[in-house]
Amino acid sequence: MRIKNKKMRWLQIALALSLASVLVAVALAKVSINGGGATFPYPIYSKWFSEYNKLHPDVEINYQPQGSGFGIQQIQKQTVFFGATDGPMTPDQLLGAAGKVLHFPTVLGADVPVYNIPGVTAALKFTGPVLANIFLGKTTKWNDPEIVKVNPGVTLPNMDITVAHRSDGSGTTYIWVDYLAKVSPEWKTKVGVATAVNWPVGLGGKGNDGVTSLVKQTPGAIGYVELIYALQNKISYGSVQNMSGEFVTASVDTVTAAAAEASAKMPADFRVSITNAPGKGVYPISSFTWILLYENPKDKAMAKTFVEFMNWMLVDGQKFASGLGYAPLPSQVVTMEKEALKKIKL
Amino acid sequence: MSRRRISVGDFLFKMGTSTFALILVLLVVSIGVVLIYQSMPTIREFGFNFWSTQTWDPVSGNFGALPFIWGTLYSSFIAILIAAPISIGVAVFISELCPDQLKQPLVFLTELLATVPSIVYGLWGIFVLVPAVRAVQMWFPDWLRAVPLFSGPRNGLSMLSAALILTIMVIPFTSSVAREVLKAVPLAQRETAYALGATRWEVTKVALHYARVGIIGAIMLGLGRAFGETMAVTMVIGNTPKMSLSLFAPQYTMAAVIANEFTEAANDLHISALIEIGLVLFIVTFVINAGSRLLIWGMTHQTKPTVTVPVRTMEPTV
Repeated sequence: MRIKNKKMRWLQIALALSLASVLVAVALAKVSINGGGATFPYPIYSKWFSEYNKLHPDVEINYQPQGSGFGIQQIQKQTVFFGATDGPMTPDQLLGAAGKVLHFPTVLGADVPVYNIPGVTAALKFTGPVLANIFLGKTTKWNDPEIVKVNPGVTLPNMDITVAHRSDGSGTTYIWVDYLAKVSPEWKTKVGVATAVNWPVGLGGKGNDGVTSLVKQTPGAIGYVELIYALQNKISYGSVQNMSGEFVTASVDTVTAAAAEASAKMPADFRVSITNAPGKGVYPISSFTWILLYENPKDKAMAKTFVEFMNWMLVDGQKFASGLGYAPLPSQVVTMEKEALKKIKL
Repeated sequence: MSRRRISVGDFLFKMGTSTFALILVLLVVSIGVVLIYQSMPTIREFGFNFWSTQTWDPVSGNFGALPFIWGTLYSSFIAILIAAPISIGVAVFISELCPDQLKQPLVFLTELLATVPSIVYGLWGIFVLVPAVRAVQMWFPDWLRAVPLFSGPRNGLSMLSAALILTIMVIPFTSSVAREVLKAVPLAQRETAYALGATRWEVTKVALHYARVGIIGAIMLGLGRAFGETMAVTMVIGNTPKMSLSLFAPQYTMAAVIANEFTEAANDLHISALIEIGLVLFIVTFVINAGSRLLIWGMTHQTKPTVTVPVRTMEPTV
């Protein structure tokens, strides 16, 4: 009996030790990184995180797509390791953070004007001032001379314009109003730029789908949605005049062109708006979307893993972009970002 | 021994349940405290102006909640105005007139309506109700559209759509409670009335009079539901913070603006303003509830000696 007992005890200890070592090994190997923010890049981010997890089964990146505002707040409070936003942080917001926050562009997106005019099948052309006046409530009819002038050959009806915009705060809105503010001084002073603004006219719909259903259901409506959303849902959209005077339709190529133009004058902190960018073939309502990281992160092991991921994202990860309707980063920006990643204190 | 054990059990039972009750009170108090604490920046910045001004401009940091307060109250009161008579009608039919075979299916259906998630109502609202309201707006002649009550753009997303969807969401709640209340009217009340030769309509009036306090409670429950409803309303109301008397104008409610803007609100003042809207909603709900309690209290106290009045008035019909 006694011997048996002793044996049993040894067995127990051995079992317990091996179990503990397995647990420790698992805990050591698995790196779990949390982030959150913009909803707009969520499809590509989740693709990246799952692809990266296939290559590095020990790295698990979790992302909560709760909006750019959420991403900025959480990085300020350090409740997430990385944040994500569609509009760069303002100087005030940067001051609110616990340390120096760096911006890293990941991909590009664009906003497109969508409309519903019964009897009009041709793709409409818009200029910046035309869009601004419509969204300011100054142009109220589809057959307004301003619209007719840029759309020769299209018969526009004498119909009221109904403006549809986002009711929820959104990076999509930020890009749209950022553009309007650049082309219209009146928009800049009267309304301004933010993820949610005090709209002079119009109806609010929740999300891209909310705006789309408003536009689809309301004869005479005009709204704006993300390019990816319009592509995936096969919604037709108008072209917009750029600074060179060309009417450009949004596509992966024309959006990347906008970024390439801008990258020549890219500031070191990457906080740049590329709406209304100069150059040929450039779609003017484009924008980067950013990942936010602390320059001196608290958790060094996590930082090392995440910088490795970022380097993968800048090269291999970019290949997934166009398939999902995002424009990949121009190569100059990738080079600049790789340099910038070295600034992170590991 | 066994006696003692029971008293220990009693003691624990009492302590346990009273702790739970206390937790409930603490929860309500802490919600209030947290809301006040978190909305201090806007309370300090705007004071009472927050309640009485109409600008909502996150860019310039100017916040007034009046259009949202108006939208919530207006949509809920229209909804309850339509829903109350319908709910009482449904309840009376089920409890007084309905043949037995029909009773269970009807009860089941109204209860099913109560369990449908609000986002589903919202989708139905977008695809069915809003186009229907738009059709009505299109049909409205111009001279009628000149009346302030019916002015506004013809696109269906409007106060009326919101009020109608709230009506549909409130009916199952109010009618279920009203039905239970009517069921609780003692048989003796009805039998007495019948004995006096009252007709079915008159007996129903007696039952309704007896149950009136409970029915008002049912209506208030519906009103509370209408105040807090978020998703379905935001999908059909047009989300425009402009006060208007018009049923056809797009407007906004308190719950809807919180749901819409909270996730993307990045500056402290904006967040604080949204939390203060939550506080306003909390207070408005509290006031309405307290008001209905007072009303019920007043009714039960003032009319106690005259409960039999309606029976007496029935004498001539004998």
